[in-house]
Amino acid sequence: MTNLTNEVLMAVILLNFFTLGTSRLGACIKTVASQGILLALLPPMVHGINGHSMVLMAGALIIKGTIIPWLLFRAIRQVRIRREIEPRIGYIATLMIGALITAGAFIFADRLPLLPQHYHSLFIPAALSTMGAGFIMLITRRKAITQVLGYLILENGIFIFGILLVEAMPLMVEAGVLLDMLVAIFVMGIVMDHINREYSSINTEHLRLLKE
Amino acid sequence: MNFYQTSVFSSLLFHLLLLLGISPLLPGIIARTKAVIAGRQGPPLLQPYSDIRKLFRKSMVISRTTTWLFRAGPVVGFAVPLLAAMLVPFGAMPAPLSFTGDLVLFVYLLGLARFFTVLAAMDTGSSFEGMGAAREATFSVLVEPIIFVAFVVLARSSNSLTLNTMLSAGAGGALFSGPAAMSLILISFCLFIVLLVENCRIPFDDPNTHLELTMIHEVMVLDHSGPDFALIQYGAAMKLLLSAVLVLDLILPSSGSMLFDGFALVAGLMVLAVCIGLVESAMARLRLIRIPQLLVGTTLLSFFAFILVLR
Repeated sequence: MTNLTNEVLMAVILLNFFTLGTSRLGACIKTVASQGILLALLPPMVHGINGHSMVLMAGALIIKGTIIPWLLFRAIRQVRIRREIEPRIGYIATLMIGALITAGAFIFADRLPLLPQHYHSLFIPAALSTMGAGFIMLITRRKAITQVLGYLILENGIFIFGILLVEAMPLMVEAGVLLDMLVAIFVMGIVMDHINREYSSINTEHLRLLKE
Repeated sequence: MNFYQTSVFSSLLFHLLLLLGISPLLPGIIARTKAVIAGRQGPPLLQPYSDIRKLFRKSMVISRTTTWLFRAGPVVGFAVPLLAAMLVPFGAMPAPLSFTGDLVLFVYLLGLARFFTVLAAMDTGSSFEGMGAAREATFSVLVEPIIFVAFVVLARSSNSLTLNTMLSAGAGGALFSGPAAMSLILISFCLFIVLLVENCRIPFDDPNTHLELTMIHEVMVLDHSGPDFALIQYGAAMKLLLSAVLVLDLILPSSGSMLFDGFALVAGLMVLAVCIGLVESAMARLRLIRIPQLLVGTTLLSFFAFILVLR
């Protein structure tokens, strides 16, 4: 069983690279959605099939795998964009930074004072590198929608960390996090729509001045 | 003759048989697969053999602006895959020539062939061929790190620096279970990408277009004709076989029986050729500016495999 979790975590890390390297928004959204679905499989794999992990899985599947991608697809249909045209840092450079962060995550994870059963698992490096990839997305992309995607990847990284703590963490906290995320996506969708209506593009570059 | 000499002799024979005998079949299989997928009948499977025979009988037209470099390109392009293949084990058959660090020689032998092809292309003074040469040089710079990182991963997981031991890492079925399984899977994928780039296959270069602006490798050999061109085609087929063997060495588990493994390797080569044909039918050629991006991505993939194998 642990072997298969490692493969899932590997796939999650590879999907990070894919989102960092692609410019098509549709493919990006699909990748983040499939990452969410892969993550949803993890709680029952790690903690066995019981009520708690099943609820977590269902929640993640419905929210990460279905509702959020649907909302995002609707958003890009409404504002009619297909590609992130000009990121602040080029794709190759972002990929390189992503690889460095992944390497750093692996080195750093081995130095953390962890429980012995977590010592050589892929969980910690996968969580750290996914969070890193999300951060890079947030920083380097100009469009509001790719920034939302970066935020989602960041949250996926936190979710991986959370899986290790499922037993210690009450269900309400997890549910709260998922709900928060959903609301945040809603708000971002509305904000995007406003930016689009105001400037007829969703580049966040335009949002420089504060007005009274 | 003691046992060691016999085994070297038989593996030399096996290598030469595969390289000289079977290699032109692979482009034929690829072309046939593409034709079948497109709903055409396609050329016969043995067409490349006839092409090469026909070209050998023709006379050559050589431009007056060229020097001896122009003639050297095809010869080196033919000889180098033969030499480089001597360092690589073909399935269970060990390499005839093997020493510590031969992986460096292997990579740079292929680099030498490319260098001479580029020189021969620039020697014609044609601007199109210069352009193709520039592209070839650019992409080879991006491919080399993939091969080296892949070899480093293999060296690390097999604790040896000879291609003979490194490439038999998958022989025991290590691809499916074992501590390094995941990085081996990643590496075989990377080597498949290397196969596609090195042999100018579709996502990177279209061997069938005859529009100079879009070609990379084919544009460099436009001025060659007759026996020189036959040497180039033969050399290209052997290079295809060689890169396919690199992938298969990692994937195919060994059964222990020499004869069976030999047949498995040949069957694997055919299957891989069909796979290349399928990839070519399913994908369109990438835009030139996207190719470096994909190659850097592949390098990072092999780098990631390296991180995994270090743990």
